[in-house]
Amino acid sequence: MNDQSLARAAVLRPPAAGPNPVLRLSGIGKSFPGVRALQDVELALYPGQVTALIGENGAGKSTLVKILTGIYQPDAGRIELDGAPVRFPTALSATQAGVTAIHQETVLFDDLTVVENIFLGHQPRNRFGLLDWGRMTREAKAILDRIGARIDPHVTLRELGIASKHLVAIARALSVEARVVVMDEPTAALSQTEIEELYELVDRLKADGKAILFISHKFDEIFRIADRYTVFRDGQMVEAGLIADVTEDHLVERMVGRSVDTIFPKRHAAIGPEVLAVEGYSHPTEFEDISFTLRRGEILGFYGLVGAGRSEFMQALFGVTKPSRGTVRIGRQAVAIRSPAEAIGHGIVYVPEDRGKQGAIRPLPIVQNVTLPSLGRTSRKGFLRMAEEFALARRYTERLDLRASALDQPVGNLSGGNQQKVVIAKWLATQPRVIILDEPTKGIDVGSKAAVHEFMSELAAEGLSVIMVSSEIPEILGMSDRVIVMREGRLAAEFPREGLTPEMLVRAAAGYGRAA
Amino acid sequence: MSLAEGTRPRHIPDRLSGRMGHALRSWELLLLLVGVAIFVANSLLSPYFLSPWNLSDATFNFTEKAMIAFAVAMLIIAGEIDLSVAAIIALASTLMGLALQHGAGTPVLVGVGLLTGLLCGLVNGTLVTRLGLPSIVATIGTMSLYRGISYIVLGDEAFNGYPASFALFGQGYAWWVISWELVIFAVLAVAFGVLLHRTNFGRQVYVIGNNDTAAAFSGVRVQRVKMILFLLTGLMSGVAAVCLTSRLGSTRPSIAQGWELEIVTMVVLGGVSILGGSGSILGVVLAALVMGMVTFGLGLLNVPGIVMSVFIGALLIGVIAIPRLIRLARTGRAA
Repeated sequence: MNDQSLARAAVLRPPAAGPNPVLRLSGIGKSFPGVRALQDVELALYPGQVTALIGENGAGKSTLVKILTGIYQPDAGRIELDGAPVRFPTALSATQAGVTAIHQETVLFDDLTVVENIFLGHQPRNRFGLLDWGRMTREAKAILDRIGARIDPHVTLRELGIASKHLVAIARALSVEARVVVMDEPTAALSQTEIEELYELVDRLKADGKAILFISHKFDEIFRIADRYTVFRDGQMVEAGLIADVTEDHLVERMVGRSVDTIFPKRHAAIGPEVLAVEGYSHPTEFEDISFTLRRGEILGFYGLVGAGRSEFMQALFGVTKPSRGTVRIGRQAVAIRSPAEAIGHGIVYVPEDRGKQGAIRPLPIVQNVTLPSLGRTSRKGFLRMAEEFALARRYTERLDLRASALDQPVGNLSGGNQQKVVIAKWLATQPRVIILDEPTKGIDVGSKAAVHEFMSELAAEGLSVIMVSSEIPEILGMSDRVIVMREGRLAAEFPREGLTPEMLVRAAAGYGRAA
Repeated sequence: MSLAEGTRPRHIPDRLSGRMGHALRSWELLLLLVGVAIFVANSLLSPYFLSPWNLSDATFNFTEKAMIAFAVAMLIIAGEIDLSVAAIIALASTLMGLALQHGAGTPVLVGVGLLTGLLCGLVNGTLVTRLGLPSIVATIGTMSLYRGISYIVLGDEAFNGYPASFALFGQGYAWWVISWELVIFAVLAVAFGVLLHRTNFGRQVYVIGNNDTAAAFSGVRVQRVKMILFLLTGLMSGVAAVCLTSRLGSTRPSIAQGWELEIVTMVVLGGVSILGGSGSILGVVLAALVMGMVTFGLGLLNVPGIVMSVFIGALLIGVIAIPRLIRLARTGRAA
């Protein structure tokens, strides 16, 4: 296709004059059951340069990081270090080859000290084979000084803030003589001054000749520190080049640049009166001043970057966590939601993003999963009536076209998509007024995805109000009547369906072009 | 998509056929076979075993422990544990003795025993559900606490002289060789079986044990269910305290020493997963019968108590290890 040939042209563009890449990936592919995460990916990292990796949520960036750091093995393709092919069968082997990563959520140990964290897995030993604490402390201090971190090496990580933890992670990367440093959204949790310090540190790493892969959604920082860029979309590399040659607009376009080509069976639903009004919902740390209304038969999309506070807000609305401020009205009645049981009582239900942990009870049969919040209706005076349970479970699972061999089969034996159908059936069986779907099609196969979309439309047409949290732009554009964008815990924008483009969403979510 | 084709959605059967095969491989059946084997072995080894009165005496080896084991089984299925149960017996029995000193009659004695159990359960439940302490730690603490109070009150002494009417619970017979304790055991077995397997509450216990986060996200009031289970466990310890005190006719602070581990053994032998989420009351009943018969059979053969605990330990490990060994041999590698 046109896109593809464009991508090829970009790949084939000769690299600007400069050194050879330290690390080069070619033809990398990786599939998970039902999902092709990466396909034929190319990436080159050069010494003393920062390469920005850009893409939507789910474009395959994290999978690539895991392949680089030896956590996943690619199904296809090769990795070359200084021109020689290498394999990273374990995380340790990647570290030993000089590839380290600083993850979005630091993967350090809260109860160990700074020194222990820095040297974990490669502690120097003395001649008796025991840990050489003196040397470790000296080296840790030296490294921390080098990156300008004023951290006592003997405190435990629990006592440090997130910015200091990042510094420890960076110190750890330096302690193994890393040649390639992967930074996965390192600024996501940092304040402005901390971000400035991080930039300086990145400059210092560049001066040291490290090759840096910098993953970020924020265009201002990409243009501040990156030398090169690589754009991913749907698990494929679509373009790579020098930052100096491109504009922000161009990158945004390459990131989302596709028509909404998947079929979204959005039907026309009559939008009725207001059913839910949230006013000034706030949480001490996760979100601030969220207000919106939801009407009968409406599908309201919530878009934002990962970490924008959408799930946290939805869980507060569902009563899992407590808001510090704010009111909820259902219909005309003001209500207080202090627990999921109360939310369910008011007709608000929540299909969580983390299906395995919060949604499905995998070892238990389908029927017991579906009837759990409706036991009051299927039972008589607290005693179970299995026939009623099977009837209820059958009504909703068959409507969702569940593929299962029997209703007493454990949910854990089903595919991800069918597990999701069980969770949705569970909530529909309570006959809710508002259903919140948090990343409803994340990690499920295409067929189930279409079924979930079709069903969502059907429900709205029947008068249910749907809140859909999604990080997939086509899904948001295809399904929503209205879209709210959240950024850093706050409402960033609200758009009607008509005239909404992917670019508008990406800009609102990243905080770029706010003035426009 | 089949919906798009306009066809009726496909039918999903309630259950797959072949339930019989499932039942044949069940833990309960294995326990039943072990029980029968021990019964036969006992009757071959000792000429006294098959006498009705001897068998009746044998039931006292497990009835009191089993009453508590039913409640503890539900706690373990819900992912918690209570190790203070034997200490609750000691405290309840001690407080009953104190009440006796102040001239309490049988109804008051029973009330004191049950109430003490409930209060101890309330303390355990509060520590776990309100303060968020891990139940294994909290109840090891209260285990020392409850029995410690008993030792402070009694020292080397003992309470004696319980009224004749009080002897009914531990020494009385309902009919022929059927003791009242056996009747209480049977009634409680049925009650707990119904509670765990036939009510919404029991369903919530399984759900919590399998995934307490998803349970909370489904509107189950997880902490409340756990609190009720701790109260129930305390209450059952109170019931057992009444029966045991009545049977012994006296209270010493060392009463029911070490029972907590025998009770947990009974529960685990009964097929309840120590990790929570699965198990049945029928399994615990069978485990109680098996353990009672082993202890009694060995007693008839004049095997000393210390050797008996070796047998119980070996039995527990054996019954749990054998199915795993079989699976291991079948698949040819570690599970």
